[in-house]
Amino acid sequence: MRKVSFPYLGNAIITFKKLMNAFGNEVVLPKRPTEETLSLGTKYAPEFACLPFKIVLGTYIEALESGADTLVSTGGVGPCRAGLYTTLHEKILKSLGYDFEMITLEPPGRHLRELISSIKKLVNRRLTFADYYRIGRFVWKELQLLDKAEKLSHKVRPLEVKKGETTRVYKRCTELIAQAKSYKDLEEIEREIELLFEKIEKKDYDPLKIGIVGEIYVVIEPAANLEIEEMLGDLGVYAERSMFLASYTFYNAIMDLFRMPGERDVKKLAAPYFKEMCGGHGRESVGNAILFAKRGFDGVIQLSPFTCIPEIVAKSILPKVCAKYDIGFLPVTLDEQTGKEGLRTRVEAFVDLLAAKRRKKHKIVKGDVAYGTLLGN
Amino acid sequence: MAHYLGIDVGSVSTNLVIIDENGKLEEAIYIRTQGQPIRAVQEGLRMLQSKNGKWDIRGVGTTGSGRQLAAVIAGADVVKNEITAHAVAALKEIPDVQTVIEIGGQDSKIIILRDGVVTDFAMNTVCAAGTGSFLDQQANRLGIPIEEFGAYALRSKNPVRIAGRCAVFAESDMIHKQQLGYKVEDIIRGLCQALVRNYLNNVGKGKEILPRVVFQGGVAANVGMKAAFEEALGMEVYVPKYYNVMGAIGAALLAKEAGVKKTKFRGFQASDIEFTADSFECQGCPNHCEVVNIRMEGKVIARWGDRCNRWKVIEN
Repeated sequence: MRKVSFPYLGNAIITFKKLMNAFGNEVVLPKRPTEETLSLGTKYAPEFACLPFKIVLGTYIEALESGADTLVSTGGVGPCRAGLYTTLHEKILKSLGYDFEMITLEPPGRHLRELISSIKKLVNRRLTFADYYRIGRFVWKELQLLDKAEKLSHKVRPLEVKKGETTRVYKRCTELIAQAKSYKDLEEIEREIELLFEKIEKKDYDPLKIGIVGEIYVVIEPAANLEIEEMLGDLGVYAERSMFLASYTFYNAIMDLFRMPGERDVKKLAAPYFKEMCGGHGRESVGNAILFAKRGFDGVIQLSPFTCIPEIVAKSILPKVCAKYDIGFLPVTLDEQTGKEGLRTRVEAFVDLLAAKRRKKHKIVKGDVAYGTLLGN
Repeated sequence: MAHYLGIDVGSVSTNLVIIDENGKLEEAIYIRTQGQPIRAVQEGLRMLQSKNGKWDIRGVGTTGSGRQLAAVIAGADVVKNEITAHAVAALKEIPDVQTVIEIGGQDSKIIILRDGVVTDFAMNTVCAAGTGSFLDQQANRLGIPIEEFGAYALRSKNPVRIAGRCAVFAESDMIHKQQLGYKVEDIIRGLCQALVRNYLNNVGKGKEILPRVVFQGGVAANVGMKAAFEEALGMEVYVPKYYNVMGAIGAALLAKEAGVKKTKFRGFQASDIEFTADSFECQGCPNHCEVVNIRMEGKVIARWGDRCNRWKVIEN
C-alpha cells in the first residue's frame, strides 16, 4: 500500500486525507508547519526561494521521515516559480537520499492526459463509477463545509462578547467535520455548525472590514501569515480573504477543464492594469482589491512572500488602485521572521487609520476608543 | 488639576511625560533603555516621583516596542502602537501637519496625514541603516560626540558621496573615503545625505510628501540630518520642541482622550515594587514558543510569547 503525504494547506488536509484513503492509500498526515518545519526547509532550499517553497519542503522532509513513500502536489500554470517547485522539491529531496515517488497533479485544462495517469497511480483499489460519484460528492461537500465554517468564524470573531469563544467553536467544527464519514453526516454537521455559531453571544455593531489579497499559500495557511486573520478578528475587525480552497479548486480545475476562464469578474476588473497576466496571483490581487472596494470594504491587506515577483508587480499597482477607489492599503511581506510584534504594530496602526477615516466620512464625533478612533477629530 | 502620564519604551530610549488636562507638557524624562525595559520604566517613575510635582494622574498610556511591558508595570489604561501615538502628538503641536518623519533608535517611519487624519504610513522593513543606533556607532568610530555630529555636517562645503543603501556598505565606503584623505566634515555631510536618500527610497517610497513636514524622534536632534532632509525635499522641515519624547506625549494624549473613569495606574510607588521576568520553552507543540512570565513580587501577572494564547493570564 502506498503511504501518501502532501503539503499542509489549512484544513484542506482533512478532506485530502479522506480522498486518499478512499482511493486505497495509507496517509501520512502532514504536520502543521512550525518553526522547526521552516528551519528544515530553509536549510535545504535555495536562499532566495520564497516562503511557501521553504515551508512545503520542510513539510515534505517531516512526512518522509514519518514513513511516507509518495508525495502528491499540484503543478501550475503561468510564469510563477511555484509551477516548477514540485520538480525542484523532488530534486532536492532525492539528493538528500530520500526514496519516494513524486506525483504532480497538473491542471486538467491543459494536461488532462497527465492528470489522468497521475490519478491512476493513486487509485489502488477497485472503484466503480458509483464509488467515484459518491467520493466526489462527499469531498466537494466537505471542502465547502470547511470553507463555510471558516467564513463564519471570521464573521463572528470581531463581534464576540467573550474573547476566544469563536476560536473554540471553530476548532470544534473542524473536529466534527474530520469525523464525518458520509454525505449524510456532513448535512447534519452543517446544521450543527450553523447552530454553534449562532449560539455565540455577539455585539451589535458594524465592524471595520478588511479584505485580504495576495499569494495563495500565505493567504490560506495561517501558519505562514502569522495568523493575521485571527489578529484582525481580535482587534474587532471583519477580515475576508479573496481565496478559499473550494472555490479556488472549482475555478482552476473544473472550469479550466471546460476552457472557461475562472474568476472572470476579478480578471476583468484588473484588466485596465494588466494587459498580460504576470504569473501567480498578481492580477487576482489587484482585481480582488477592486472587488473589495466595490463591496464597501474599508481597507485591503496584501500578503506576499519575500521575493515573490507576481506580488511585487501587484504591490506597485495597488497603492494607485486603492487611492482611486478610496480604500486603505497595507502591504505585508512575509519571510522567515517569526516576530509577530512588528506585524501587530503595523496592523494596529492600519486599523486606527481605517477607523479614523470611517469616522470622518460619517462625521462621528466621539467614537469607540477601543478602535483607536481618536484621530480625525 | 487632572494629569496624564505617557510612557514610550523604545529599543534605545525610554521616555516618560506628564501632561495636564489641556495637553500641555509639564515634565519630560528621557533615559536610555539599555536592554532593560523594566528597570528603565521604574527608573523613570522614580525620577518623576523625586520631582515632587503635585500630579493627580487620571490616566496612563503606553507605546513603543515595550508598550505591553510598560503597561503591566505602570498599570496603563491605553496601550497603543507607536505610529498612532506619534501622529497624535504631531497633530497636537502642528495641526496642519501633512507628513511626519520619525527616526528613532532602531526604526524609522513615515506617516502621511491629510486634513488631520492619518491616511498612510510605512515603517522600515529590511534594515536599520540610517537610524539612531547607526549614527551613534559612526560618531563613536570617528571620535565625535553624537551631540556635535550634526554641527560638523553643517560646516561642510563639498559633501562626499557615500553609499547609503546598506549600513555595512555605508561604513566601508566611509572608511575608504577617510583613507583617501577627505575631510571629516565632508564625510559626515555625505553620510547624512546618503541616509536621507536611503530613507526616502525605502521608507518614503511612493508616498506623497507634502508640507508641513515634521521631523521627530531622537535623530531629529541632528541638525545635519534636518538640513539634508530640507535639501532633498526642497521644503522646510519642522522639528518640534519636544521632538525626542513625541511618542510618550502621544500616549499621554491618547490616555487623556480615552475618558478613563478610574485609572489602573499603580502610582509612582510602582518603582519600589519588585518586577521580574523569566521565560520557559513551551513543550505543547513543535513551535517551542519562548513564553515570558512577568512577575510582581513573585506572582505571575502577565504572560506572552505564545502563539496560541494557551498561557495567557490577565491580572484581576
